Amino acid sequence: MNPSPDDSGANDRNRGLEAPAAPVISYNEVVLDHFLHPHNVGELAKADTDGFVVVGDSSCGDQMKLWISVRNQRIAKIAFQSFGCPGAIATSSMLTVLAEGRTIEEARLITDDDVVEALGGIPAKKRHCSLLGVQALQAVIDDWEKRGRAPPEQP
Amino acid sequence: MIYLDHNATTPLHPRAFEAMLPFLKELWANPSSPYRFGSQAKAAVEFGRGQIANCIGCKPSEVVFCSGGTESDNLALRGVVRALKSKGNHIVTTAIEHPAVLNTCKALENEGYRVTYLPVTEEGVVEMAALRASLCDGTILVTVMHANNETGVIQPVEEIATTTRARGVVFHTDAVQSAGKLDRKLAELGADLVTFSGHKLYGPRGVGVLYVREGTPLAPWMTGGTHEHGLRAGTENVAAIAGCAEAVTLAFEEAETEGHRLRSLRDRFELQVGAAIQAVRFNGSEAQRVPNTSNISFQDVDGESVVLGLDVRGICVSTGSACSTDDPEPSHVLRAMGLSPRAAQGSVRFSLGRDTCAADLDATVSALKDTVAHLRRVSSIRGDLE
Repeated sequence: MNPSPDDSGANDRNRGLEAPAAPVISYNEVVLDHFLHPHNVGELAKADTDGFVVVGDSSCGDQMKLWISVRNQRIAKIAFQSFGCPGAIATSSMLTVLAEGRTIEEARLITDDDVVEALGGIPAKKRHCSLLGVQALQAVIDDWEKRGRAPPEQP
Repeated sequence: MIYLDHNATTPLHPRAFEAMLPFLKELWANPSSPYRFGSQAKAAVEFGRGQIANCIGCKPSEVVFCSGGTESDNLALRGVVRALKSKGNHIVTTAIEHPAVLNTCKALENEGYRVTYLPVTEEGVVEMAALRASLCDGTILVTVMHANNETGVIQPVEEIATTTRARGVVFHTDAVQSAGKLDRKLAELGADLVTFSGHKLYGPRGVGVLYVREGTPLAPWMTGGTHEHGLRAGTENVAAIAGCAEAVTLAFEEAETEGHRLRSLRDRFELQVGAAIQAVRFNGSEAQRVPNTSNISFQDVDGESVVLGLDVRGICVSTGSACSTDDPEPSHVLRAMGLSPRAAQGSVRFSLGRDTCAADLDATVSALKDTVAHLRRVSSIRGDLE
C-alpha cells in the first residue's frame, strides 16, 4: 500500500484495480466466488413454480426469496434472491447448488453445517446467515406440499 | 488501492513521522527523570503542547495529552461528573454520539447518573429547542459531538456553548472528526472541553488531546502519578505527542485549502454517484458537513455487500463507523435520523483524505455502479429506500 499521491502510488492503484486481491476480509475464495457470481439467481416463471417462499432474519434484516420446480419428487429447478450481507448471498447460492437435483427427501436433510462445509467455512459471526437458507428450503418444500402435490412416497 | 476511509484512520504524514523519530531513537528518556536527558524529553512534550495550543487557540496549560480520542472522552465525561457529583446527576448528550461517548454515558447511567439522549433532525442535526428543554437544575454536563463520524454532519456547538455558558453547565464536544478538517480554532468553539485524536489527522495512533478550559471542574479518573497537571497519570508517549503536534500543525496550516479541495471532490463525487446510480440517498447532505465525508444509502442492497464488492476491486470504504463492523445492528446514527432499518443497512461511508484525487473517485463511481447493479440483480427487495 502506498497512500501518497506519487507515481508509485498511482501504479499500486492501477494494479489493485486490475487484479482483485484474494482472499478478501475473512471470507475464503469459495465464499467470495459465490458472492460475486452467485448460482441460480433470479426467479422461476409462474408456470414452473411449484413452491415459493419469502423468509426474513429479524436479527439482521436479511431477506431471501426461494422458488422451486419439482418433477418426480425431485427439485428440478431452484432459484433465489437475497438481500443481505456477503455471507447471506454466498450461503443462499450454495444452498441452491446443494438442493438442485435432489429428491425432496434428500433436500429435507440439508443442514446449515452442510452449507458452511460446502463453502469451506465462513467467519463465525456469519454462521447465522446459513440458517436462513436452510429455513427457506424447508419452508419452500412445505409450500410445495401445501399446494397439493403428493408428499414423498413411503418406501 | 484506493483508500476512502479516512474517518477510520489516516496514514502517518511523513512530517509527523520525522518529528517522532528522535524520540524513538536517541531521546527516549522518561520526561519525569531528574537529569538533563529527561529534561530534553520533557521539553519535547512541552514544545508539542505549545504547538497544539497555538493551533487550537488556547494556553499550553489547557492541553492534556492522553492515549486517544476514546480516553479523552472518558476523561472529560467521567472527570466532570466526578468533580460535580455534589451538584447534580444529569447529563445531556445526543443519540448520534460516537460509542466512546455513548457507551460512557450508558456506563454512567449504571452508576446512577440520569442521561438525556437528544434526538436529531432528518439531516442529523441536534435540535436546539430539545437541548434547551432538557437542561434542568441537576444538569452538570452537556456533551455533543462537533462533526458526526458517519455522516460528517456538523452540530451547532457554538450555539450550544452559548446556552450552556448562560446556564453555568459544563460543555464537552468530541471534535475527533472535525479537528484539522475545518479552518476553525477548536478552543474558540466555546466548549469547556474538546476531544481530538492524532491518527484521524495524519498523526500516530495512541495519542489524543483533551482541551480543558481553565477553571473547568475536572477530576482524574485514573490513579497514578501527577503527569498532565494531575489529570492523566502515566509516562508521556513523547514520540506520539511530537508526531501528533506536528500533524495538528500541518492540518491546521492546510485546513482551508485542503478543505476547499476535498469539498469540491466530495460534491463532484456525489453528483456522479447520483447520475450513475438510481435510488440513492445522500444522508445529511442538506446539513453542513465536514468536507471529506459522504454517507450514501443504496436502495435494496446491504452496505456490507457494497463494501466487499468494492474491496475486491481494491477500494476501501466502510459501513458506518469502523468500531461497529462486528455489530449487526444498523447504524444508530442513521436510525436516529429516521431512516428505516433497511435503508440504514444499505448505507456506506466514503471519507476522502489528503491522498484522494479525482481519478480515484471516478474509479470508485464506476466500481460502485457495477457493484450496486450486481447486488440489485441478486436482491429480493425492490424499492425499500423511503
